[in-house]
Amino acid sequence: MHGLTFDIAHLLAGSLVVMSFVQLYQDRLSALINVFAAHALVLALSVAWQAFAQVAPHLYITAAIALVFKAIIIPVALRRIIVRLGIHREIETVVGVGPAMLLGIGLVALSMVVMLRVTADADPLAREDLAFALSVVLLGLLMMVTRRNAVSQVIGFMSLENGLVLAATGAKGMPLVVEISVAFSVLIAFIVIGIFLFRIRERFDTVDMQAMDRFRGEQR
Amino acid sequence: MAVIRELAIQSMQMLLVLFLAPLLTGFVRKVKARLLRRQGPPLSQPYRDLVRLMRKDVVLADNASWLFRVIPYFIFAATWIAASLVPTFRSGLMFSWSADLIAIIAVLGSARFFLALAGLDAGTSFGGIGSSREVMIASLAEPAMLMIVFTLALIAGSTQLSTMAAFMNSPEVGLRVSLGLGLIALIIVAIAENARIPVDNPATHLELTMVHEAMVLEYSGRHLALIELSAALKLLVYFSLIACLFAPWGMSPPTTEPLPLMAGVAAYGAKLVVGGVLLAVFETAIAKMRVFRVPGFLGAALMLALLATLLRFVSRSF
Repeated sequence: MHGLTFDIAHLLAGSLVVMSFVQLYQDRLSALINVFAAHALVLALSVAWQAFAQVAPHLYITAAIALVFKAIIIPVALRRIIVRLGIHREIETVVGVGPAMLLGIGLVALSMVVMLRVTADADPLAREDLAFALSVVLLGLLMMVTRRNAVSQVIGFMSLENGLVLAATGAKGMPLVVEISVAFSVLIAFIVIGIFLFRIRERFDTVDMQAMDRFRGEQR
Repeated sequence: MAVIRELAIQSMQMLLVLFLAPLLTGFVRKVKARLLRRQGPPLSQPYRDLVRLMRKDVVLADNASWLFRVIPYFIFAATWIAASLVPTFRSGLMFSWSADLIAIIAVLGSARFFLALAGLDAGTSFGGIGSSREVMIASLAEPAMLMIVFTLALIAGSTQLSTMAAFMNSPEVGLRVSLGLGLIALIIVAIAENARIPVDNPATHLELTMVHEAMVLEYSGRHLALIELSAALKLLVYFSLIACLFAPWGMSPPTTEPLPLMAGVAAYGAKLVVGGVLLAVFETAIAKMRVFRVPGFLGAALMLALLATLLRFVSRSF
């Protein structure tokens, strides 16, 4: 692997981690959706660069899927949903931004330690991709845990899936069929969750997940 | 003879930064004014202010201690030392063995410590507010700054500014995500340290928003002139630091030939102009933050710097 090719792959994968942190930092829903679109855009760029670097044309299709679905369709749809739910100005977090970022740094450190130990003799490109992908996945999980609002939990889920795509492109040899089906299942999950959002809202007059805790009698 | 030439170049750098610092401040003000479609003060205004302040009498508070009188000189000296150690137009200056990044941060940090003491010394409430806010900002900015230094030192293999600049100029640096993160974090820290707009407004005397101005409220005459000059110098230090670490192009090699030196000075001037315009555009485009949002802003710098250090370890083996 030549220096520059590797450097650009590293830069794009690293920026995906940074975008995950930007997501954690945003507490306004509409800004969060913009950041999610940027997250998907960086993912598409990164996958396209991997396609170029590994000379694997089918990865271009993966990049196109990421670009069209995750950077355009899903953010637009999410924006419509929050406008219709009337929550596009809402601010919500369970833990503050600072502790969430610290936890995120801890998770990134954890995934680096794990991946660098486990994959000591792997191809350097795949290795660093896996390390970054694991941190994006963990940060997506963290996002789902630290947010109260169902919409931002959905965004956390989607960015987690972005991490999986990054891992798949780095690992060489994930068949295209699997990738396409993963992309579509995420889309379907998104539709189901979207319908659920409206149902939850009908039932409880809010998409705040604490309301559901109360309903189950778990809190007070 | 060689020693004398080296000394001459070192003192040229000292005088250059001293001369350029008010010009840079004036330039940023001018660009900001033009962006707001105002005429703005002329570029020489900061010099005139300094000369006028130098001529005026000093008015001291009744209960000010000796510390209050000594501190302006100390702050000025510390900032000037920092400014003359950062390589600007030529690497490998005579005293560059002492131009350690950590040492420069320590010098600037001690200047800030004494400024905060001066704010408390006269016993007015504004000074107290200013000092407490300044220390709060410092307690967040300095860890971030140190993390940035660690990242850069890990990448360049040295904390010596000349060596680091030479490394950054060589093609083996490549495109590194850690460096990008470090640059963003350093810019955030520089904005906070220099009391620029999202953190503090250098042009205001509104009591609820000021940090730096609140601390120096009791100063007058030549003391105030020195403090203003050191504030301008500090801005120049951070500009030079960013230019030296992230854009060392055009810096003259350690030589005494006049031609490369002139080219180095010209490149440095161009970098300052670009940086000044960018700062002015940024400051015009953004609104000042509430004081309680500043920890979040600086926390982001700390996070970015930490992340840069972590990501550095992924690319370690190549």
